[in-house]
Amino acid sequence: MTDKSSTKKFAGTNSAAPSGDGRIEISNVTKIYDPGGVNVCAVSDCSFDIEAGEFCVVVGPSGCGKTTLLNAIAGFHSISDGEIRLDGDVLCSATKMAEPGADRMVVFQNGALFPWCTVLKNVMYGPSVQGRMTSHQARAAALDILRELGLSEIGDAYPNEISSGMRRRVEIARALINDPKALLLDEPFRALDALTKGVAQEFLLQAYDRMKKTVFFITHDLEEALFLGTKVVIMTTRPCRVRKMITVDLPRPRTYKVRSSKRYLELKREVFDAVHEEALKAFKAGERELA
Amino acid sequence: MEYDPASESAPDISGRGRSRGFSALRYKFENLFKSRDLYLGLFGIIAFVGTWHLLTGVLTLPRFEKLPNPVAVLTEFTSRHPVFGTSIYAPQYYLHILWSVWRIIEAFFLATLLGVPIGLFMGWKKVFKDYTFPILEMLRPIPVLAWVPLAILMWPGREAPIIFLAFLASFFATILNTLLGVESIDESYFRAARCLGSRPRHIFFRVVIPGALPFIFTGLQIGMGVAWFSLVAAEMLSGEYGLGYLVWDSYVLIQYPVIIIAMVTMGVTGFLFSLLIRMVGNALMRWTVREAT
Ligand SMILES: Nc1ncnc2c1ncn2[C@@H]1O[C@H](COP(=O)(O)OP(=O)(O)O)[C@@H](O)[C@H]1O
Ligand SMILES: [Mg+2]
Repeated sequence: MTDKSSTKKFAGTNSAAPSGDGRIEISNVTKIYDPGGVNVCAVSDCSFDIEAGEFCVVVGPSGCGKTTLLNAIAGFHSISDGEIRLDGDVLCSATKMAEPGADRMVVFQNGALFPWCTVLKNVMYGPSVQGRMTSHQARAAALDILRELGLSEIGDAYPNEISSGMRRRVEIARALINDPKALLLDEPFRALDALTKGVAQEFLLQAYDRMKKTVFFITHDLEEALFLGTKVVIMTTRPCRVRKMITVDLPRPRTYKVRSSKRYLELKREVFDAVHEEALKAFKAGERELA
Repeated sequence: MEYDPASESAPDISGRGRSRGFSALRYKFENLFKSRDLYLGLFGIIAFVGTWHLLTGVLTLPRFEKLPNPVAVLTEFTSRHPVFGTSIYAPQYYLHILWSVWRIIEAFFLATLLGVPIGLFMGWKKVFKDYTFPILEMLRPIPVLAWVPLAILMWPGREAPIIFLAFLASFFATILNTLLGVESIDESYFRAARCLGSRPRHIFFRVVIPGALPFIFTGLQIGMGVAWFSLVAAEMLSGEYGLGYLVWDSYVLIQYPVIIIAMVTMGVTGFLFSLLIRMVGNALMRWTVREAT
């Protein structure tokens, strides 16, 4: 159990498939929705790469197609053109839809902890349905990960008995126990108040520093993007493509104090300039606010 | 020995869960007597019976003169030698209750056993729903009483048609609510389940069923209500035992207080069944029961 080579993993996780690097390549992806014969081009010829273990934050105006991109990676819907690769293997292309799987764990915008399962059962869910652990082992692993993330107190509570900030943390724990290659988060802290959000962000950073998984994180909060990300990808208004990429060279591990550093303020300025123009365009185009 | 967190905390967790459920129940019970609701409810019942007595026993207004007054009903009900043979001391009375209860149980269990899986399957497989939903929506609005002739033609004897009629109404309510329950499950739970590596059977047993459970139990409550409704109608038409039969028989024999006794008994029995379903539901759906703290 005390294998020194697996320090990146949590104690309880031992997936059957060896965890790969988790490099995601998005090449020339186009997605056209076709509701009732009206073509809506949500993503158009979008390309960028996410390095293995990189914390990539995608920002862009509402309705620009960020969720569309994430859903394509997760395997919830198809793309119209281009391809997305994970560690060199084609995940999805114009002719192939990705299968959802435990190598790409999604944390949903509105949260999707099963309300009918206790926190512990939620965290155990992945390992036990994948059949790679007995239920006894899954329970032990879940207890381990909850303890490491400081959540052991609430193991037998139901999701509606804990705060929304706690729920987001549990959902992240439920994802991490599967030892995924990549973690996909779609505006996970959107509904949290400012204080809870700060704590939840630090929680995610701690988990990231420990696991070094590839992270694909969507937000429209620029401060959040800078605080969390290694790379910030700024999207254009619909159709979605990359407008600008900024490398956030702030040192890790980061705490809230980083937000008052000089470098942070410089980067913030750079990002705001780039985003402001896009926001203005989106506003003029009268884009409906989308969740 | 390696430290094994599972062996240590497993019993702890289940134990805490159970005591929490129990203490919540005791808390509720203790508060019942402290709260105003109970006394207001009692007052409502007393006022209702008082008005009834005033109308039928004291004033004997024209439209109410034939109705039995509460004193006569209570006298009959508590008498050791009841004039019309129906009281808490008469074995006959309990026989009627038992017959009705037994029929309800048969009809309701049949409806649940068939209705819940069909409803789950309709919500789970689109193709199955496409085949079955139009038939369901065509048959469902037909009042149960319209089924009486067919029920008698179709089923032999006296018992089977009665149970069939009680079953039918309950069956449709159960299917429909179960189906709605499955359709009410948020898409993101299905996505999360697939993401976590579920196979179809996992999604069915771990997402579809628990997700639909609140609606299923609403459906069972409604199903129990309509089963009583149809049962009484069926017992009035044909039968020699049962509360519905008792109501009708007492009317024919001009034993009016017995009508009221049978009616109140139906009300109380129906309420108890409803309560039972709710309790089973709450026990199965611990996540919807908020802790009383
Ligand atoms: N299922 C769908 N059918 C048709 N259009 C859609 C659908 N989902 C999203 N869209 C459209 O695609 C665009 C991008 O949506 P989305 O990816 O959710 O944006 P974001 O997450 O960046 O706010 C929006 O303009 C939206 O109207
Ligand atoms: Mg979105």
